[in-house]
Parts: sequence; structure tokens; C-alpha cells
Amino acid sequence: MRIALFLTCFNDTMFPGTGRAVVEVLERLGHTVDFPQEQTCCGQLHFNTGYRPDAVPLVARFARTFADYDAVVTPSASCAGMVKENHPLLAADYAPAGLQREVAELMPRVHEFTEFLTDVLGVTEVGARFPHTVAYHPTCHSLRGLRLGERPYQLLRAVKDLELVEVPAADSCCGFGGTFAVKNADTSAAMLADKADTVRAAGAEVLCAADNSCLLHIGGGLSRQGSPVRTMHLAEILAATEGVAR
Amino acid sequence: MTAPNDRGVVWLGSPAFPEAAREALKDGQLRANLRRATATIRDKRLSVSAELDDWEQLRDAAAAIKQHTARHLDRYLVQLEESVTAAGGTVHWAADAAEANRIVTELVRATGGSDDETREVVKVKSMATQEIGLNEHLAEHGITAYETDLAELIVQLGDDRPSHILVPAIHKNRTEIRDLFAAEMGRHGIAAPEGLTDEPRALAEAARRHLRHKFLSAKVAVSGANFACADTGTVLVVESEGNGRMCLTLPETLITVMGIEKVIPSFADLEVFLQLLPRSSTGERMNPYTSAWSGTTEGDGPSAFHLVLLDNGRTDTLADPVGRQALGCIRCSACLNVCPVFERTGGHAYGSVYPGPIGAVLTPQLVGVDSDTKGAAASLPFASTLCGACYDACPVKINIPEVLTHLRAKVVEAEGGRTVEALAMKAAGKVLDSPRLLTAAQKAAALGGKVLARDGRIGRLPGPLHGWTDSRDTPAPPTESFRSWWRKNREGGTS
Repeated sequence: MRIALFLTCFNDTMFPGTGRAVVEVLERLGHTVDFPQEQTCCGQLHFNTGYRPDAVPLVARFARTFADYDAVVTPSASCAGMVKENHPLLAADYAPAGLQREVAELMPRVHEFTEFLTDVLGVTEVGARFPHTVAYHPTCHSLRGLRLGERPYQLLRAVKDLELVEVPAADSCCGFGGTFAVKNADTSAAMLADKADTVRAAGAEVLCAADNSCLLHIGGGLSRQGSPVRTMHLAEILAATEGVAR
Repeated sequence: MTAPNDRGVVWLGSPAFPEAAREALKDGQLRANLRRATATIRDKRLSVSAELDDWEQLRDAAAAIKQHTARHLDRYLVQLEESVTAAGGTVHWAADAAEANRIVTELVRATGGSDDETREVVKVKSMATQEIGLNEHLAEHGITAYETDLAELIVQLGDDRPSHILVPAIHKNRTEIRDLFAAEMGRHGIAAPEGLTDEPRALAEAARRHLRHKFLSAKVAVSGANFACADTGTVLVVESEGNGRMCLTLPETLITVMGIEKVIPSFADLEVFLQLLPRSSTGERMNPYTSAWSGTTEGDGPSAFHLVLLDNGRTDTLADPVGRQALGCIRCSACLNVCPVFERTGGHAYGSVYPGPIGAVLTPQLVGVDSDTKGAAASLPFASTLCGACYDACPVKINIPEVLTHLRAKVVEAEGGRTVEALAMKAAGKVLDSPRLLTAAQKAAALGGKVLARDGRIGRLPGPLHGWTDSRDTPAPPTESFRSWWRKNREGGTS
């Protein structure tokens, strides 16, 4: 199986460790991963802010870059959702029939990372050890967009020596919302304050999620409050092998 | 096209959502009231909807009926007119708020009673009459409209604005209501009893005594409608208190103002909606009062029935294949109660009679975003994180996030690319469509981060990003991007 990593522009720039973690986990499971350098961005920033025509070249680039792979894996639920839900929509509205066909053919091969592990590879135990207390934040795009459901919890429960704790009102949005956090900064900050309170109440050392964007926002709020809770992408926990003989 | 100020819907002079929200967020009492109230309704809704094995099928059926009706609205409205007329009612067509207000005012005057009798109407809680500003219009013509729904009475006595579709006084707690009743009731009729407490029972009793003689003396009632069945001409009002039932049965003349999207093809379709609506709105299996009437009946109830069919931007909305979903709304408020934005800001921040997620998609369509791209209505599609909780809760499956991003695109299009944001987006688009430029930008970001960060974290910044940095630390961008690391370590190249 030819697997490509679609890391997303945001992770590529801000969280390269998440990319290395995805590669680490997939290679540990015996797969080869490629990172095609022509990849950039899924266009979510433009689409969600109302600049649809500006997102179209990115849809074309995505389809071109990943056309020859059997699977495209991305450690971002929101970017996966953007690609799966809105690339076909943008192609239908703005692109010629040829690109519409390429987008349609590629879609079933695009997978969010946890969904790829559990549904495509059929794996929940990835050989990780992480002796810490961890809470999982189901981001809106993981929960209500991609409907990842139990998948992230299954993967986390299989991590050796990891203690999983619940965040109260976990399904409530953290208030990030991309440009919402800037356009409606006060409302976003109010939502963040409530989320940070519930995260602290959970008593975890680490908060993880399937999206670094929400974690950047929540982690930024926690850090500003002086909270010691760390944020980590779920993939980095699955890549961890603390104290495991290798 | 009708000018937006002929349509009502929005409160003129309202600031754009971000500013209105900033003010609302300062009110700690409001946030506490809202959190408690929305959490209670939310939990009740979840438990009663979980009781039905076919909940999802009911939602699908409701969405299908609403979509079908919207596609054939012209046919069903004519059929409704025929059915209502055959049953003894009179149908009026109003293109906008101004015309609807004029029709209602003339109808009240034409009832031909004494001067005193035609100067008062009692009202059933109604969103359509809120939308067109009927009470204000009637007042300008010397007619006093008395709201009889308890929460609407609270809003009216306080010279306030509704902040929720179902619970218009959700922003008030019972102590605030007690003070209002004690101060204001006497000026509009029977005063609140001495020593009124803030016990819900005492407050309800005060309202009951205040309203009772109005029901008995009014010759004209004005209502909205939850549904109207094209095949039988039956109009329905769904409510909890019975005050609506009093208005609908006691006065001689009943005038119902109804948005044209409220028609459903058949009486049998109510089977779907009357299961969904109470569960989604108040979290009850069944609402206490469902009043249904078909025209008039000799010796029973009003002897004259007028149905005013209101367009007011709905036909324009219908023309948009994505946006028209919003017309399926049955005004249950489930989306408000699950919305994390509404829970923090309350309804007034939306500057419209339709607050919350449904308001954010309905208001801009009813008044038109292209009319004023700097206005409050155009800011509403951006007043959401696109978290999707509203779509999951909606009993008629309106894909609110889909409509929100669709309307954002329309706002941006109407701005014509002349904003600073549009230029920034164009520039970002260029960078993001080029791995070479992206690499350069990543290096610049790493350098910039080094300058701005202390201990690896960027704190408060001035300028356009202060909204972000005021509440959050940001990690400095790493010195090496993933693509650069990959080139060096996996492809043997250099960055």
C-alpha cells in the first residue's frame, strides 16, 4: 500500500513533531510512508472565511499531489473533513469535469489518522507506552464532522500505562473556530475560559486531540493561566515508547 | 426588491455581532442565567428524544416534507387559500412587513366596535408579528397590543427585547421578573399583589390575574401559526400556558399572521411535526396546549378569521438552493440551547428577532447581506465556530454550518474584494499554492517567532492579532518545518 502523509500546512509549520509521530507509528506497524513535497494546504482557511474561489487552486493541487497514492493519511480531523466534505463541493461549483472526477476518485482514499489506524489497518494496539494521565478532547470536527466516535478512545486505552480521564462537558466546543478566534475574539476567549476550567478539573497531565489547531488554542489559554497541563497531538502519544525496550 | 427597512426582522442601529457580544459578555448575571437555563432544556431534550427509537427517521421525514413543500410552495399556498376560504376564513397576501402591518391595522379597525373596543388587541406569542414589528405599528395607530404569553408579557412590561425564540425572557431571572411585575403591572391594568414574592407560582398567579380581564374584554386577537395544512385549511398554534387558547377562542375576530413557509401539505404530516416540536423545544413529550382551527364555526370561537400570508424576504430566500433550508425551521430553539456562542452572548447580541444559529442563517437571508455588508446582519454568518451542535440538534435537519459558510461566501462576494482581509487572503492563497513560497514563509515565521518569543512562547501582541494573543500564549514556530526535516533526513537533500 502506497501511503502518503498529508500533514497540513499548519502542522508542517507549527507542529513538525506530529508529522514525525505519524511516520513513526506507521513505520512501526510495517508500512512505508511518503511525504510528497508538492503538498501545501487543504484550503479550509479560505473556505470557512468565505473566500471560496481562492481555495480552488488548493483543491486542484491536493488532487494532483495525491492522485497516485492508495491512501492519504492526515493527523487533522478538521482538514480531513474539509477535504472529504468540501473539496467535492468546490470542484462541482468551480472546476472542470476532469478535476471533479479526480477529486471524486481520490476522496474514499483520504483518511484521518485514527480512522486510518482502526478502520483501514484494523489496529488499535500500536506498541506505545505513555505512563501519564491523559484526557482526550473530542474536537468538533472529530466528533460531529467525521464522527470518529470511539476510535481515539480505543487507541488510547491500548497504550501501555496510560491513565485516561474524562473532561466534563467534553463535547462542548473550545471556541477556536479558525478565523472566529480573531473575528469574534471576546466570545472565543469566553468559551476558552470555560473549556480551560473543565480541562483543569479533569486532573490530567496531558490533554490530547486529533487536531493541533484546537490544542494550540486550549493550550495557549492554559499556558496563559499558568496551568501545568500540556497539550499533545494524539499521534505523539501513540508514537511514545517511554521505557519500552526497542 | 423591497428595502430592508420595510422588512423589520433586525433592530435598527444594532452593532455588528462582535461588538454586541463584547458588551453582553461583560454581564456575569446574564451568563449565569443562560448557562443554567440552556443546560436544563438541553438535558431534557436529550432524554425525551432518546425515548423514541425512530427519532432519526422522524427528522428525515420532517426534512423531506419541508423540502418537498418548499419546492412546491406556490401550489400549496394556493391550496391553503382555497381550503381556508372554503372553511369560512379570509386570506390576505402581504409582500413585506409594511404591507402586513397595514392589513392587520385595517382589519382591527374594520371590526366596527366602539372606539375603546378597537383600541385593544390580545396577542398569542408569535415570531412573525415580532418580525414585522406589529406591536409598534399598531401603537403608532392608537391600538394597544397586549402580549399574553408569560415570557412575552415580561419582555413587554420591561420595554425589553426578546432574546430567545421560545423563552424570550431567558435573560431574566425570577428576582428580576418579580421587581418588574411589582413596578409595571399597575400601569397597564391590574397591578401585582402587595408583597409579591419571586416564587414561580406567585409570579404566574400575578400574571394570570393581570391578563384575565384582557382575555374577557378584547374583541380582536392576533396570533402567529406553527403550521397550516394546505389540504384542510387547518391552522395550529402550539403552546404551554393556555393563554394562547384563550386568545384563539374568546374574541370575535382572530387575525393570524403566518410566514408562507409554515404551510405543510397535509393534516397527516402533523404526525411527524407534533412529535418533534415539543421534544425539541421544551423537552416535553407533548406540549400542554395544541389549538387547531379550520376557518370559522357558527356559535363556537371567533366569528371572523383572517389569515395574513407573509413573504417578507422568504421568496428571495427560496431562490437560494443552499440557503433555503433555513425556511424549514419550526422555531423550536433547540439550536439556541445547544449553541456554545449563544450560551455565552445571549440573544440580544444577534440584533434580530431571530437569535442563535437559526437567526445567523435566517436574518441575513431575510434582509439580504448585499444591502449592507458592514451591518449587523452581514456579521451573523461569522458568529459561529462551525462546531455543528446545531445541525445535530435540529429536528428538521437544517445543515446550519453549511448555510453559514455559504452565506460567508456571499458576504465576501458582496464586499467585492475591496477589504484588507480580501487582500490578505489573496496573498495567503499565493503562498499556500506554492511549496517554494510556503518554505520561505515558514523560515520567516521561525525567525519572527525567535524575535517575539520568551521561553519559547509568544505573549500579548499589539496589532490585528491582539484578539488572539490577549487570551492565549502561542508557541514560537519551530526552527525547522516538517518538510525541511523530511528533505534532509528522508530524501538526503538540503533545506
